[in-house]
Amino acid sequence: MTLIFKPAETYRDDFSFRNSPAAIARFPFPFPEDAYMYSVNIEPAVSRDPGSVFEHSFDVDEHYLSEMAERARVLERDPERCLVMPHMAQAAWDLLEMLMEHLAGDYPQHFLLERNGTAWRWQNLAMGIDQSFTFGDADSLPCEPLEYITRQMQGDFALLDQRDGDLFMDAGMVTCPADWSLRFDAGMSFKQWHSPVPMANQMGIFERALKFLLNIQVGHPVRRLNWTLTINPRLDTSPETFHEWGSDRGSVTPDNVGSLVHLRVELQHMARLPRSNAVLFSIRTYLISMEELVSNPAWGRRLHRVLRDLPDAIADYKGMTRYRQTLVDWLRQFDPEA
Amino acid sequence: MSALDARVGETRLITPVIREVSLMPVNGTLPAFSAGSHVQLHLPNGKRNAYSLLSDPGDTSHYRIAVRQQAQSRGGSRYVHEQLQTGDQLKISSPANLFPLHSTARLHVLIAAGIGITPFLAYCTELLRRGAAFELHYAYRAGLSDAYVEVLREQLGEHLHLYESSARRLDLGQLLGHRPLGTHVYACGPQSLLDALREQSLALGWPAARVHWEAFAAPEPGVPFVVELARSGRQVAVGAEQSLLEALESAGVELPNLCRGGVCGQCRTPYLKGDVEHRDLFLAHEERASSLMPCVSRGCGSPILLDI
Repeated sequence: MTLIFKPAETYRDDFSFRNSPAAIARFPFPFPEDAYMYSVNIEPAVSRDPGSVFEHSFDVDEHYLSEMAERARVLERDPERCLVMPHMAQAAWDLLEMLMEHLAGDYPQHFLLERNGTAWRWQNLAMGIDQSFTFGDADSLPCEPLEYITRQMQGDFALLDQRDGDLFMDAGMVTCPADWSLRFDAGMSFKQWHSPVPMANQMGIFERALKFLLNIQVGHPVRRLNWTLTINPRLDTSPETFHEWGSDRGSVTPDNVGSLVHLRVELQHMARLPRSNAVLFSIRTYLISMEELVSNPAWGRRLHRVLRDLPDAIADYKGMTRYRQTLVDWLRQFDPEA
Repeated sequence: MSALDARVGETRLITPVIREVSLMPVNGTLPAFSAGSHVQLHLPNGKRNAYSLLSDPGDTSHYRIAVRQQAQSRGGSRYVHEQLQTGDQLKISSPANLFPLHSTARLHVLIAAGIGITPFLAYCTELLRRGAAFELHYAYRAGLSDAYVEVLREQLGEHLHLYESSARRLDLGQLLGHRPLGTHVYACGPQSLLDALREQSLALGWPAARVHWEAFAAPEPGVPFVVELARSGRQVAVGAEQSLLEALESAGVELPNLCRGGVCGQCRTPYLKGDVEHRDLFLAHEERASSLMPCVSRGCGSPILLDI
């Protein structure tokens, strides 16, 4: 599939972000059943379904340039969205290597990597970047290596240090989170940063998930989908900017629900970083408006049933309580049997 | 489990009982690895043993391992010493790390005995690169297990503390006492060393989370036995020099595994009945009533019925 980048769109102010029909067709609709409950829905991250978001480990799509401009805008206002603790310097290089290798291998028309020992040359044709540098020497890049490469890659990235039989959130780039903060979670253990999630801990989900992640091996990455809802196609729904978007939840009406409410799906990819033994947790976010989503009748019907029957605690955690009924009422028209 | 193709590069006998082997990529490069990682060698005789990578973790052009000839060899170390030739091709597993450096340690105290030096060779390269505070305490026998003494002397300078067995005793009590907060200790060597380390560190009040060790993880031979697989009704015979895990693999039954020496817990398998001689260091006493580690444990009486 030829990858064509759309002209610049916005994820704030006038919210000009839209999906093309091709982007809608490849949207990772996350519900395999008519009802949703937590599960450790992890699968090996092997390439499947050419053209889908599951073809490559790190998906680049038509929104690439807009999303990179949005990341730059967030960082300009708040540089601390990127954080690398001193002991994670090596993991940052691991990530840079992994992303450059994948991008150059999967999208050779847009990204090129030449390596001669530690002398590397990186070209990002889409963004007009041509950088020669020394692998392992942070001074040879314009900025810290994790920041450098994630300014060129869609999605958020957390690097987890593995020690004491646990994982710690010790580095990352997080500018498009679903209401969580890297600065707040920094240094926390796996269970600490998951403590706001209702029900799942009692179900033993985190126990099993942690055990699984601790055993991820080099060359055997895994992935899972997660989801929530967002008002407007806003990527940066972080606690730091809650005052800018929190009140949007009160603006949903029967007339605007189709264009205002978006399903937000995270394709999470987890991999062992070979040099540092850290774990990569990357979160690639996809947004789709309700109007775009119901263009697929099966999706409209299923989403109606999922949201109608969702346990209240989960709905509350996902921040949809204020407009849930309005949304379910609107979706009902796409569920002929309801 | 996916495996990598490797070609045997230079092999050299560095003491009368230790052979160092280089592993080269068949094409391109090998994956980078973290200090403390091991790979499994898939030998042509069906044996798969895990060996620490001792080469520079940043060097993806080759790996190096060192294999000590074991008197009780089941054929793994003997094959490496007597038959493995430069140019041979074999499969190796991707590197996995069950013995990593602790990233927030302020001081790393490394204790090696004999061939237990191998993971620490990679550690030292990495710690020097980081400019980290560390000490290597290396106990060995002159002419037998002193393979890397000269190299280390040159590389490490005052980081290195040597204990030649006839000349100087390694006193763990002294070594572990009066250490600053944030010190982590790591040991690799025979079981007697690891037992002493646990005992001494406990007595001196070391938090368990700051004491790390890696055992020489390798199955030992025993008498032949037979297991039955409950779900298929199949019977699998295990030879005297074979582990149950190897016998299952030969029969086409793949179980997840990493250390192949009864330490990591990956190959834990439930069983329904039978007499088991548990030889692992992983399962708790009460878990042994229903689980076994096929990488090391064996049958020793009434036939074992595996719940797989």
